[in-house]
Amino acid sequence: MTGRLHRLTSTTRASVDFFFDGQPMQGLQGDTILMAVLSQTGALRQAEFGPEQRAGFCLMGACQDCWVWQEEGQRLRACSTEIRAGMRLRSTAGDGWLT
Amino acid sequence: MTRVLIVGAGPAGIRAAETCVKAGLHPVVVDEAKQAGGQIYRRPSIETNYGAKGRYGSEAAKAVALHRCFDQMVAKGQLTHLPHSSVTSIGQNNAQILTDDGIQCLRFERLILATGAGDRLLPIPGWQSAGVFSLGAMQIALKTQEAALGRRLVLAGTGPLLTLVAAQLIKAGADVLAVLDTAPMRQQLKGAWAMAMARPIVTLRGGYLRSVIGRRYHAGVNTLSIKTNKRGPTHLHWHDHKGQQHQTPCDAVGLGWHLMADTQLADLVGAQFEWSPEWSQWLPTIDKVGRIGKGVYLAGDGTRILGADAAECAGHIAASACLADMSLSPELNKRVLRRYARMRRFASGLATAFQLPQDLMKQLPGDTVVCRCEGVTVNDITKAAQRVGIEINRVKSQCRVGMGRCQGRYCQFAASQVLAGIGQTAPREVGRLRAQPPIRPVPISAVLNSECVKEQP
Repeated sequence: MTGRLHRLTSTTRASVDFFFDGQPMQGLQGDTILMAVLSQTGALRQAEFGPEQRAGFCLMGACQDCWVWQEEGQRLRACSTEIRAGMRLRSTAGDGWLT
Repeated sequence: MTRVLIVGAGPAGIRAAETCVKAGLHPVVVDEAKQAGGQIYRRPSIETNYGAKGRYGSEAAKAVALHRCFDQMVAKGQLTHLPHSSVTSIGQNNAQILTDDGIQCLRFERLILATGAGDRLLPIPGWQSAGVFSLGAMQIALKTQEAALGRRLVLAGTGPLLTLVAAQLIKAGADVLAVLDTAPMRQQLKGAWAMAMARPIVTLRGGYLRSVIGRRYHAGVNTLSIKTNKRGPTHLHWHDHKGQQHQTPCDAVGLGWHLMADTQLADLVGAQFEWSPEWSQWLPTIDKVGRIGKGVYLAGDGTRILGADAAECAGHIAASACLADMSLSPELNKRVLRRYARMRRFASGLATAFQLPQDLMKQLPGDTVVCRCEGVTVNDITKAAQRVGIEINRVKSQCRVGMGRCQGRYCQFAASQVLAGIGQTAPREVGRLRAQPPIRPVPISAVLNSECVKEQP
């Protein structure tokens, strides 16, 4: 599936490798997690209360639509967290993430 | 030294901080972004191709001046900046702040809230799908990442942001297929007169932006609905002002009906609210300099949607009031007060021009999702209201509208419209959704690891 994001300027930024739901992906340095993931695929997660997928909504940290989790358990707002090389992200919470 | 806490580092927060620093105080500024600037003057995390001129257009000089003003205060150690941090709860001169390093509890004597505003959303069928964003989101992606959130965009709603974002995207080379404004042209012209009287150049600039959009722009549209497949939007269906039906193919939709003041912290510190017919929203009651009493001051779009220039004025005015109340002599610039009054007249014109569509909500099918967080539909709200009446806090407890991840930010407005429709009454009669701490989701682990939270009785 192609990415949702359409970059409007050419860029010389270095690429950043990361994993999303086990899939290797590439973003650019300075991307938020949301931008990096949506440059590769169409959505961030499956909605919990409906059949649709979700890809963030407000991009300013207010709607909380874009939560993703690190494999270590920490929850992140994809719209306001920068992507880092080697990040292992998942679209759903791991078991026991509340603790 | 008296500790002044400023929440928000947009135009209002930065000018408030500057005013405090000039009086010799050392304020603490909490802001959710990594770098100060607010939404309107948001900065990218890395230097990108656009530069300030490309990013902020005609407002570049103001943006750069504000950024420089704030950065210099930080560099000189004149204030404490807590970036990437959210005030999650506040009360009794104590704020709970979620930072990257866990929760901090901060005591303060004076509080200046410059929390700004966010997109005001109305639900339309299909808006819960991936690929539908707020207009603000479309602008943030463009400004900070030089990207469009799709390849074929349709923007819909009303307000100055609709025209601005559309023109910015088009200039940047994005493919915008249609810009659909629910405000009828006749109504817009009524407001434009007041706008032009108060700020002729800004009004002309708005006219120029419309010319950039050209034939893609349609005023007075209604009956919007988004057709989707598994991946996201495929078409936007709409009726033009003559009632003719159209469908525009797209893979992304931006929505927004002007802005809504972010008032949750003001609510937690005990502000009174009144329904503003002009702005169609509940707004905190303030005196003419932004005081709400007990050492709390409000400034910027979190009080009235007056825009960035007015927010700079309001930040200065509120901080000056704060200093005066502390018996420090502020240098309140009289010109700022006059400028502020002019901004208010302009914003008033905007409110007239871009009124909410009265019909859009009435046309909604019962299965339309109102709360995106938890998929609460018009039918769910109707059933809840049949059980407990139309008071919005009671309806919330019945069907969870306003209880999800966003804490009602993007559904409370629509929910009150739906409830008012059921009760055949005005939205003010439905009441106001009370803010509940924490106003941002807080990880349990952050609470467990926080000494200051444990200490509290």
